[in-house]
Order: sequence, then C-alpha cells, then structure tokens
Amino acid sequence: MAYSPHTDADRERMLSAVGVTSIDDLFADIPASVRATRFEVPPPLTEQEVRAELMRLAGRNALPRISFLGAGAYRHLVPSVVGEVIGRSEFSTSYTPYQPEVSQGTLQSIYEFQSLICELTGMEVASASHYDGATATAEAALMACRLTHRDRIAVSSAVNPQVRRVVETYCSGPGIEVVIVPADLRPGGSGLTGPDAAAQVLDAGFACLVAQQPNFFGGIEPMRELADAAHAVGAQLVAVVEPTSLALLEAPGDYGADIVAAEGQPLGIPLSYGGPYVGLMAARMESVRQMPGRLVGATSDARGRKGYVLTLQAREQHIRREKAASNICTNQALCALAATTYLTAVGPAGLREVADLSMIQARHLAAAIEAAGLGKRRFSAPYFAEVAVQLPDAARRHALLAQQGIVAGLLLEFEYPELGDTVLLAATELTRDEEIDAFVAALGATP
Amino acid sequence: MTTVTRPAADDPSGRGAAFHSPEVVGELTVVEPLIFEASHPGRRAVRFPAASDAATSAAAGQPSIPAEQQRHSAPRLPEVSELDLLRHFNRLSHLNHAIDLGFYPLGSCTMKYNPKVNEWAARLPGLAESHPLDPDALAQGSLELEWLLAELLKEISGFPALSLQPAAGAHGELTGLLMARAYHRSRGEGSTRTKVLVPDSAHGTNPATATMVGFTAVTIPSNDRGGIDLAALRAALGSDTAALMITNPSTLGIFEDQIDQVLAAVKGAGAIAYMDGANLNAILGRFRPGEAGFDVMHFNLHKTFSTPHGGGGPGAGPVGVSARLAPFLPGPLPILAEGDPETVKRNAWHGRSTPGARFALEDADARPSAIGRVRSFTGNFGMFVRAYAYIRSNGGAGLREVSDDAVLAANYLRVRLAGSFDVPYDRVCKHEVVLSGRRQKREHGVSTLDMAKAILDHRIHPPTIYFPLIVEEAMMVEPTETESLETLDRFVELMLGIATLAETAPEELKQAPRTTPVGRLDEATAARRPDLRWRRMVEADPSP
Repeated sequence: MAYSPHTDADRERMLSAVGVTSIDDLFADIPASVRATRFEVPPPLTEQEVRAELMRLAGRNALPRISFLGAGAYRHLVPSVVGEVIGRSEFSTSYTPYQPEVSQGTLQSIYEFQSLICELTGMEVASASHYDGATATAEAALMACRLTHRDRIAVSSAVNPQVRRVVETYCSGPGIEVVIVPADLRPGGSGLTGPDAAAQVLDAGFACLVAQQPNFFGGIEPMRELADAAHAVGAQLVAVVEPTSLALLEAPGDYGADIVAAEGQPLGIPLSYGGPYVGLMAARMESVRQMPGRLVGATSDARGRKGYVLTLQAREQHIRREKAASNICTNQALCALAATTYLTAVGPAGLREVADLSMIQARHLAAAIEAAGLGKRRFSAPYFAEVAVQLPDAARRHALLAQQGIVAGLLLEFEYPELGDTVLLAATELTRDEEIDAFVAALGATP
Repeated sequence: MTTVTRPAADDPSGRGAAFHSPEVVGELTVVEPLIFEASHPGRRAVRFPAASDAATSAAAGQPSIPAEQQRHSAPRLPEVSELDLLRHFNRLSHLNHAIDLGFYPLGSCTMKYNPKVNEWAARLPGLAESHPLDPDALAQGSLELEWLLAELLKEISGFPALSLQPAAGAHGELTGLLMARAYHRSRGEGSTRTKVLVPDSAHGTNPATATMVGFTAVTIPSNDRGGIDLAALRAALGSDTAALMITNPSTLGIFEDQIDQVLAAVKGAGAIAYMDGANLNAILGRFRPGEAGFDVMHFNLHKTFSTPHGGGGPGAGPVGVSARLAPFLPGPLPILAEGDPETVKRNAWHGRSTPGARFALEDADARPSAIGRVRSFTGNFGMFVRAYAYIRSNGGAGLREVSDDAVLAANYLRVRLAGSFDVPYDRVCKHEVVLSGRRQKREHGVSTLDMAKAILDHRIHPPTIYFPLIVEEAMMVEPTETESLETLDRFVELMLGIATLAETAPEELKQAPRTTPVGRLDEATAARRPDLRWRRMVEADPSP
C-alpha cells in the first residue's frame, strides 16, 4: 500500500497478538460463496507516475481562452488567501465537530459563516451548509411543506432548470406535486415571473413559491410582489439567490422571503467541473426547528470561556432517525470555510465592486453585440450579470466558436425549446474588455 | 504545511498565551474573538479594478435596476486587512484536532491519512478551472477522469453500472432508495412495496433516508452475535418490502457471516438489497457487494478513498447498481462515445491517451426511466480527482493491503483492550471494534463521555461514542491502516491508563478535559437559548 507504515515485523507482531497466523484468518467469516473472485485494479504507481497521469488528464481539457459561460457556476477571482486558509490541514483533515473541545476552529468558523450568510441575506438564521444550491433549494421546498403541512409547491420556469430537476427528484420521494409557474418568455417579453401568473397557479394547497433572483436569464424579478402572491394564500416564498448580487440587490429578508437558498460557489470556490460547491440556506428564527442540516451555537464552559457547539440536534438523523428533518450528515464545511474567508477578504466594499463590475461587463457585452448588429437581447427587463441574447444560427456558430476556444455562453434551446437561437451570456469581474472585443470580432467573422 | 502544536491558553509553560490571547468580553473569556469584532471600517484585503470608461459608457444604455429593488445599506461583512484575516483563521485552525496533528480513531468515519499528492492534483488549473457546462469537446480530460474512476469503482465493488453524482453518503442513500422505488413502480408494485427494513445497528441516515423517500422504516433486531436476526428478517420480509438497507461490515465492525442467506431471503421476497458502503475500507479485494448479489451500494469517497473530511465535508457518495437498477441511475452519466473501452482503460493504466477516443455526457433522454438529477452537474468532481489519484497510487494490491492492515489494526486494538473494557461482541472484527464502558459506569460511575473527554487531554481524538445505539456506553474505535504500531500502542497505553484511573480516581476523569482551549461546554443552554449568529452590539439596532 502506498501509505502503509507497517513493516512485515509489525504485521507479525500484530498477528501474533491477535492469535492468528495469517491475515486471511481475519476474513474467514466471509461466506465462501460470496467472496470476491476478481479484483482487477491496475498496479500501483509512484508519486511521479501519478502526477504524470493527472497531468495527462488535466492536459486533455482544453480550457477556453474566452468564456461567457455561467448558468449556475461562475468564474470569479479566488483570492490567494482563501486557498491558503482552506489548505490548512487543521481544517481540511478534521471531521464533523463531535468533540467541541478540540474543534473550536471549525465550530467558530461555521458560526461566523452562519452570521455572514444572515448578514448577506437579511435573514435570521442560516444552516451550516448543504451540498449545493440545487439540493439546498430542494431541502427548502421540503421544509416549506413541513412548516405549512401542505404537499404542493409552485416553481417558476425561470428558476435554473438543473435546480428545478433536483427539486422534482427530491419532491418525488414524499409525493409532493411540483407545478410550474410559466415566466414570460415570449419574444420581447420581460423574461420574468409575473405575480399574476403566480397568483393564477397558487392556492391554499401550496406550501411555497420558488422564485430565483436574479432569475436564470439574469432578469430582476419582482420579488416583493411574488412574496405577496405567495403570502396571500398562506404559502412561503423560497428565494433562490446569487450571493454576489446581494451586494447590490434588495436583501431577501427585506422583500419577504421566508426561506433563502443559494449556490455559494461564486464565493471563492473554483469551478472544478461542477463541485464541490456549497449550498446556502437561511430562514426565519421561528422556522428553525424544521430547518435541515447542522447548526452551530454559542455557549460557554464551566470556567466562563466562550465556545461553540453543534446545537438543536433534535432535528437531525443521528438523534431522530426516521423522524429527522432531513437525512443530511456530511455537508460542505470546507467550502463553507472558503465562503467565510472570501466574504471576509472582499468585505462589503469588495463584494460591491464584484457585483458592479460583473453587471457593467454583462451590459458592456450585450451592448457590444447589439451595436455590431450581431444579435439582440431576448428580454426587456433589467438584468444583473447574465443576459439572454438572440443570435441567428446560434447552435452552429456556438460550435464553430468553441473550436477557436471561445464559449459563447449556454445554448438555451435544450432546456427551453421556445428559446431557439438564444444564448445565455454571463460576465464577472474577471471579464476583460479585450475579451468582449475579441468575442464580438470572432462572432462577426463566424457568419 | 506548518507543524502546529496546540497548547492550551493556560498551558503552565506560558506558551499557550503566545497562541491565544484570551480577552474578557462581558462575562466570558474569549479564546479568539469573532472576525466581526476585529472589523474596522475602511480596512480591506482584496481590491478589484475599476471598470473602464468604455465599459461604463457602453453599459449605460442598457436598462438599469430600479432603485426600489436595490439594497440601501451594505451587508455588515467584516472589514479587515489580509494579514488580520490570515492570523484569525490560522489561530482558529490551532484550536482544531486533525488527522495531520494526531491519531483520530473516530469509528465509522475512516479517518485515514489524506495523501498530499491528491491535493496537488485537485488544484491543477486544467481540472480546477474546468466549467461544468463547457462543451464536451473542451472537457475531455474531466470526462475521461470521471469515466475511468467509474470503471475502477465498478471493478472494486462488482457492480456493472454506477453514477458519481451523489454528494455524500446520505445523498447516495437517497439516490439508492429513489431507484428502488422507481424499480418497483416499473413493475407495478410502487404502491404496495412501502417498507424499508433497517437493522437496529444502522446509522441514523438509513431510517431518515427511508422517510425522505416516502417509505416506512422498519427496525430489524440484531442477534446475540452482532449480526442481523435472520428469523426476524425473514418474518418481516414480504410483498410490502421495498428494500433492506444493511451496513456490512456492520456498525459493530462485524462482517455479516450469514450475508449469503440474507441476500437470498431479500431476493426471494422480491425486494431490493441495499448495502451501505460506509465500511468498505474493511473489505477491499475480499468482498465485492455487486458480485455477491447486492443491487445497490453507495461509496463514501471521503472514507475509503481518502478525500479529506474538511471539518464535515465535502464528501462524495457515488452509487453502484446491479443491471436491473441501471436504467434508473441519475444522469447524465459520463460515457465513452467513441472508442473501445478495454483499449482506453489499458492505455490509461499505462498513462497514455487513446487516439480517437471521445468522451461525452449522455443525452438528457438517454435513459427515460432515470430518477432525475440529485444535484447540479456531475458531482463533487474535486473529490473524484483525489479518489482517482488514491486508487492509482495504491493499485489493486495496495487497496487489498489497505483493508488487510485496517482490519489487522482493529483486531490488535480489540485484543489489547479486551481485558480492561467490555467488548460486547468479542469475535474477529473488521475495520473497527466497539467497546463498552458499562463496567466503568456501573462500578465506578465513570461514563464513556468522561473517558472520551480524558482522551482529549492527550492530543488524540476519542472514538465515536454512544453509537451504535444497541451498545450501552459504546466506544467505536476505528484505527485505519495508516497508523503506525507505535501510535496504536500509545493509544492502548492511554486507554489502559484511563481504565485504571476510572477505578482509582474517577473524579479526575470527570474534570477532563483540562488542557483543551475550552472545557466541557454547556450544550443544554446552547439548545435552550439558541445563539446562532453574531449581532452588532448596538442597542438601537432594529435589525434581527
């Protein structure tokens, strides 16, 4: 084994202490009829060979030289200090803080994480993390069902399709019906979820309305009106948000959101082909006992020293078993630490700069495409840092540009058949003017 | 990585003060202030460039966000310099125990060494900067890695099909039971097969998962040898059984030696056989659940395959399945769209790419019976990179030795500790041994909790305590294969010393821990008066 400390003499000593003559004796309890008959895993590699193999695979990825791909995962600056902190093996090689006396580092950092997410969302309580934004949203929807004792939910069609799929999968378990509220996706339409459309779907049988801000197309939804539509029938508003946008947009706690879910990847977590990321969840204090996931609380020891512990565990699977609020056990603590470090590193001014710059560059990009006469915005509503643009013959040109190392965002027709010849383009603070110029030039040269 | 010792704030040498500068806030002494308390308006760590004039003027013509939808006061994030930030988190890190600091025999969690080359690999820009929606043509490396890892995990587990998507063990359980239900529905038995049988020794996630999927969990007792009570299982199995979820080796660390009969009974009843793979580290190369007849198993890549536990995550929980469940796997799966699988694997095992091979994510409608997505994208890819590096480093022979050594170490601890502690199921164990502190409790009033706290004073993490629930005063010890004999012996000496202290000076154990940054914390008050977030200390602050 690559990492074994044992010499043959060590093994002999242990075998003789145990009172057996060979290791095989320790496996004699496996019935003969079900023992492994093959195990054809390739031979071991040395470190330099492993490195070469991983370099081979990394080299097989052709990272685009210009990309406007977002759609749920965004290329942001990861400050060096974030990698430094989460690289500390005191954080990375510990586990769930079951023994708080020797886990105060993890526990206090989670308490800080919870506090930061509350500050960002304007909510009262935040959980210690979920697998990703999609599972956090699904758990939020189930939580709304428990809180309202209802078994139908409404989801806007302008919520990220991957998130909707995960919500549907989770809801299929307990048999919760998912009804789609159609957003206005007509040509020249707003691209938003209309409060009237929501009201048309919602009735007193619904636990919640799930809406996304900014929505999947980057559009700024009328969240206050959507909250009113949900509350009018006693349903909750589950707001799915993008965390950097909260430097700029009204906080969910202020527009009446009852539960907030978010993908935390933009907060200092690398793209890494889709994971690990971190799901954020926040809610009102009155709902805390139906909240899934770990929570850390402050307390003290007998000598008056302040400390932190896992708390309100009566919600959780290891105590409640089949009556638990969720089956979640392992979460995404190290990614939550990355988000904590990121938010601390950028501070309120830096987060605002990220949001402003991302928004300006998205507008710059859309304006440049329109000015060159190459395409036009599909929707009329104000948008944050992502924009749907109609391009003639989009699929073919998208493929041709990819061959030049340019990713022209996401083709929307696979998820939205009514949005043919439309791409979803994202910008962040890392989007440079030269990239926009080069993209517009390449697009113009790819008829 | 810096080598760190962890002196307590009141270390008699005075060295602790250099690490922690306790200050008194209100009535409490604070080991390390919250980052919010170090905030000074105007300080910052990271800056971003200003938008160019060209960008700003181009953007000005686009619709702007109405004022009423904008935020009017900035979120109260801390304002600190980069150095202050780094010192804060470094000081926090000093308050943690971790594998890289000392022995961590936390049963059921497989706290083995996390090799550093895996970390190096996960941070390679070619992998770390790969966008999950990049066109397949630009992501051939990510897709090949996922495909190869899936092939290796299939070989290791004996399952013919596998999805990497689930993000953790419990998430894999959810996926597995959703597939079990989809399978029964496809046969017209969805409404009748409503029960999931779960042994009483199971992790809490098993019954919690059953509920999440809309099943009813039914508890099956264990027999006096620590296995499942076969007669009770047979009596419970019927046309209403959807699945049996069984952890093997069990949470008692015992291999189910009637597993062949268990599987026959479950199959005979038309139910799905689910194996919780939490304890796979014990049986690599010895028992392949898919080959033995299980229908589905989740892996915990953060246990058996050495990806760091991260203070609670991220993990990864791929699921392997039998042929009859393969149509239901969550997708999209990475596939080899062009090329011969055996050639591609043979080349990769020799570090070569295969000319003409093309990898892809399967089409959304490739398997219409699939249960749907269980998370975004294709899973915790960063964990896949580490697990792949780990499997390739060890190779088949190394993986077999991993289990051999893990089992040998656990049995060594079992025999060395058996005289001083009760071992309720004293037979050959697998990767972990469950002790009971009931003798110390009954005879000396010393609880397992007291003994665990005493262990903390020796820079060793205690075993998992009070689990499994069926063992009174349980201590679940999992040494793993990466701890040297000296470490194991030191642990034995410590445990024997604690057993002696329980007899001679029980009060001393009740005072433990003494050398940790904080002592035993008041968990009752934490739950009764939840303080779950920092609040600005301003009386007039109207915000929550």
